[in-house]
Amino acid sequence: MRENLLMELNGVAKSFRSADGAPRLILDNVNFSLAKGEIVALLGKSGSGKSTLLRIMAGLIASDAGKAMYRGKDICGPALGVAMVFQSFALFPWLTVQQNVELGLEAQGIPPAEREMRADAMLELMGLAGFGGALPRELSGGMRQRVGIARALVTNPDVLLMDEAFSALDVLTGETLRNDILELWDSNKIPTRGILIVSHNIEEAVMMADRIIILSSGPGRIRNEVKIELPRPRTVDSTEVRSLIDDVYGLMTMRPIHEVRSGAVPATPVDYRLPETDVSRIEGILELLAYAPFNGKADLPQLSEEAELSDEELFPTYEALGLLGLAHVDKGDISLTPLGLRYAEAEKTVRQELFGQQLLTHVPLAARIRQQLEQEPTGTSREEPFIELLEEFLKADEAKRVLEVAVEWGRYGEVYEYDFHTGRLKLPDQQEK
Amino acid sequence: MFELFNPRRGERALLAGAPNRWDWILLPLVLAVLAAAAFGAMQMTRPFTVGQVTPISLDPVNLPYYLLRTMLRMFTALACSLLFSFVFAAIASKYRAAEKVMIPLLDILQSVPILGFQAIAIAPFIALFPGNLLGVECAAIFAIFTSQAWNMAFSLFQSMRTVPAELNEASRVFCQSGWQRFWRLELPFAIPGLLWNMMMSMSGGWFFLVAAEAISVAGQDIKLPGIGAYIAVAIEAENGRAIAWAICAMLAGIVLYDQLFFRPLLAWADKFRFEESQGDTAQGSWLLDWGRRSRWIRALTDRFWLKLSGALGWFSLRHDRATDETRSHPLGKYAARVWDVLVPAASLLAVYRLVMFVHSDVGWAEAAHVVVLGLITLGRVMLLIGLASIVWVPIAVWIGLRPQYSQRVQAVAQFLAAFPVNLMFPVVVYMLVTLKLNPNIWLSPLMVFGTQWYILFNVVAGASTIPNELRLAADNLGLKGWLKWKRVYLPAVFPAYVTGAITASGGSWNASIVAEYVTWGKTTLVADGLGSYIKQMTDAGDFHRIALGIGIMCVFVMLLNRFFWRKLYLLAEDRSL
Repeated sequence: MRENLLMELNGVAKSFRSADGAPRLILDNVNFSLAKGEIVALLGKSGSGKSTLLRIMAGLIASDAGKAMYRGKDICGPALGVAMVFQSFALFPWLTVQQNVELGLEAQGIPPAEREMRADAMLELMGLAGFGGALPRELSGGMRQRVGIARALVTNPDVLLMDEAFSALDVLTGETLRNDILELWDSNKIPTRGILIVSHNIEEAVMMADRIIILSSGPGRIRNEVKIELPRPRTVDSTEVRSLIDDVYGLMTMRPIHEVRSGAVPATPVDYRLPETDVSRIEGILELLAYAPFNGKADLPQLSEEAELSDEELFPTYEALGLLGLAHVDKGDISLTPLGLRYAEAEKTVRQELFGQQLLTHVPLAARIRQQLEQEPTGTSREEPFIELLEEFLKADEAKRVLEVAVEWGRYGEVYEYDFHTGRLKLPDQQEK
Repeated sequence: MFELFNPRRGERALLAGAPNRWDWILLPLVLAVLAAAAFGAMQMTRPFTVGQVTPISLDPVNLPYYLLRTMLRMFTALACSLLFSFVFAAIASKYRAAEKVMIPLLDILQSVPILGFQAIAIAPFIALFPGNLLGVECAAIFAIFTSQAWNMAFSLFQSMRTVPAELNEASRVFCQSGWQRFWRLELPFAIPGLLWNMMMSMSGGWFFLVAAEAISVAGQDIKLPGIGAYIAVAIEAENGRAIAWAICAMLAGIVLYDQLFFRPLLAWADKFRFEESQGDTAQGSWLLDWGRRSRWIRALTDRFWLKLSGALGWFSLRHDRATDETRSHPLGKYAARVWDVLVPAASLLAVYRLVMFVHSDVGWAEAAHVVVLGLITLGRVMLLIGLASIVWVPIAVWIGLRPQYSQRVQAVAQFLAAFPVNLMFPVVVYMLVTLKLNPNIWLSPLMVFGTQWYILFNVVAGASTIPNELRLAADNLGLKGWLKWKRVYLPAVFPAYVTGAITASGGSWNASIVAEYVTWGKTTLVADGLGSYIKQMTDAGDFHRIALGIGIMCVFVMLLNRFFWRKLYLLAEDRSL
């Protein structure tokens, strides 16, 4: 069994230092393995540390605790048998397609003639024959990612790591490329023994993987594992695939068990990572949900299709709706609360009032800011104390982001205002004495 | 390295094909450049004894030869600067411990005026090649080098630090060695910025050319054949016609190296632009086009790149790093802490030595006097940057909004920035003497004479990138006159303006040495200030006071940068579009 494993992680943990020097846990006690002949997908919301996990396996960053092994040996740096495909393609813009593909071979010191031969063969395989002399900037996104994949595969890697490899592409292009890779894999045209995909696209994961691992966020832990035994090629519209997608949606949106168990709505902590979504998207989804064809309740994949937005863009919005008590998310379905329905039908000013009221009740950070401002005789306060408060729990940039979200929501709900130039928070004008 | 053309052509035997007509056109050009360079280089190593006077003739017939010598010096200095930048940036970006010392050091070096370097370097260089002109030649090259190298090194370092994270990761995943990464990733990424800085450096080199070639440090009076020395002799002889000839020669030189060197390089470097913006129109170069069409040149360059890419194999990683057990050693952390203690300790020691030096060697009264002079120069710099801004910002915005002019103005501004201020001496002296004006006031404009153009061309560049929609929106809302300037144009060009003003301010401090002490034949006009103090002390060869003056100038420049320009820069960065 052991020799069948390509990658093995035992109790891996990783933390980054936040601004004040306090470590913040990104990954905690992750046990994971990638066996020969399997494709595994890592799913998780943003901030779940899935990219960090991938980079640990690539040897780009070292884990703080636990063991990370490739073929039974500790990973201390990038290994020759592990190649990676990047979200932004990471092609060297000043090198031609051919030179980009030869990059890994050149680093290994392979003589030019052999390099050229192997690169040519790989370009042919990826449908890039004739593009060898092109510069990456001349190519479309789909073609660029083909180059990125060719560059990874030409080194004959054991393990192929794909970091959101299709998310920068449009849906159709992503699908085609995905199918091309699966075809190469299933027909054994490439020597790669294992593929690990990091993704936030549930459909993509279900279509490709033999196993899906779902990471929870803050800190990232493995929450669920879903085995998929369907043969490839799979069709998106088949009932098995549909129900699998629904299941995974359900698992993704489920609150961690310890929160659900307590019965009552769990209290949100001050340092809750407010989801990165803007007010207009929250309202847009709310309205979409309120009227036909959904009439207040929707299946998440369908809603995503109707809204023409990706899951990664939508999950934060769902979270925000749930947080503000405007909707319930449960097992791949979302339904509006009575308040949510009232909200959708309300006038602009009433909406803002409702928003502010919900914000104060359900988001402790907003309540804390408001309270603080009311105590100040001037009704204003610097932003730094709040950033410092958040930095006790969050990374510096994350703390800043969370405060930015809180500011935007607060502005909309007319709970408090923020002056960019002075960097001060203040009570809305009409209430200033 | 970066293959200029499709590398596969390189396998063709050299000179296999018959020459085409582009070969015949380029051949004389290439031969002429090679022959001129060889001839100039031979002239550099003539016997020379200290005290010997090298005759400089004001006959314009000699100008092409002087121009050749000057060019050779400038390009040698540029090559040295480039090499220095490579080494500096590679070390500073690789080792954090080195960075902590090297970057502040660069800041200091940048604010040391050229005379300071010359005063220190001239004697050792002459001693290095006894009885040969090469020593003096090296000193001159070194002086030019000091006016070119710092901004290039800083630009390269900055670029290497901002290489996109994913490209860095790709390079590491594919197991590139540090050597390969430098040539394949870091340097190509840095090239556009580096090239721009090389052009600025060439302008900077011209600006101080007179000081570099007509060495008058510590009683020495050596003049090397070159345009700078020619200008110096013309000033001594009060020969206005020769000054005019020198301006022509300089113009010719700038056009030559622009067309034969920078233009082709810019056109070639177009592929290193990282952003995928199509907005920037690619630079064209006739020389590069000819070279690409010429069969011989192509065969030669193919060979050249092929040989170079062979060098990529040097220092490659011999072992698979995945199993390499030498990870960050605990000792490394310990060493870093020791370093962190050592550096402040060393600088404390330096401060102590400085205090002791002032106390025992020059006296506190002198130091206070020099600080007052520094304040006067500071006032001048700030006032004139302000005045130049009031004049140039509106003009630059006006030009920047009209793309048909902006490209041409940029070229002219670059030439003007290279214009040595010494060339203005006859006009200035004539005016001040005949009109009996106060040199303390009327010499000041000379300080920004060469540096105001940085404001001009940065703001032009900034204004030309104002999004068209923003302007349309302003028109649509009926913004007019002052309101339009206040709300649209000025905020939009603010970041570009700050960048330009920082460069202009730094340059003006350096220029104060030339601008506060003006001579024309036997007439000498002096404005009180730090610049004239340093100049006078250099002429007198009083090393203690030179050191004091330069040290105080460094302190002034660094304080100004830290507490004024940096603040402004951060403000601008925060509000950029």
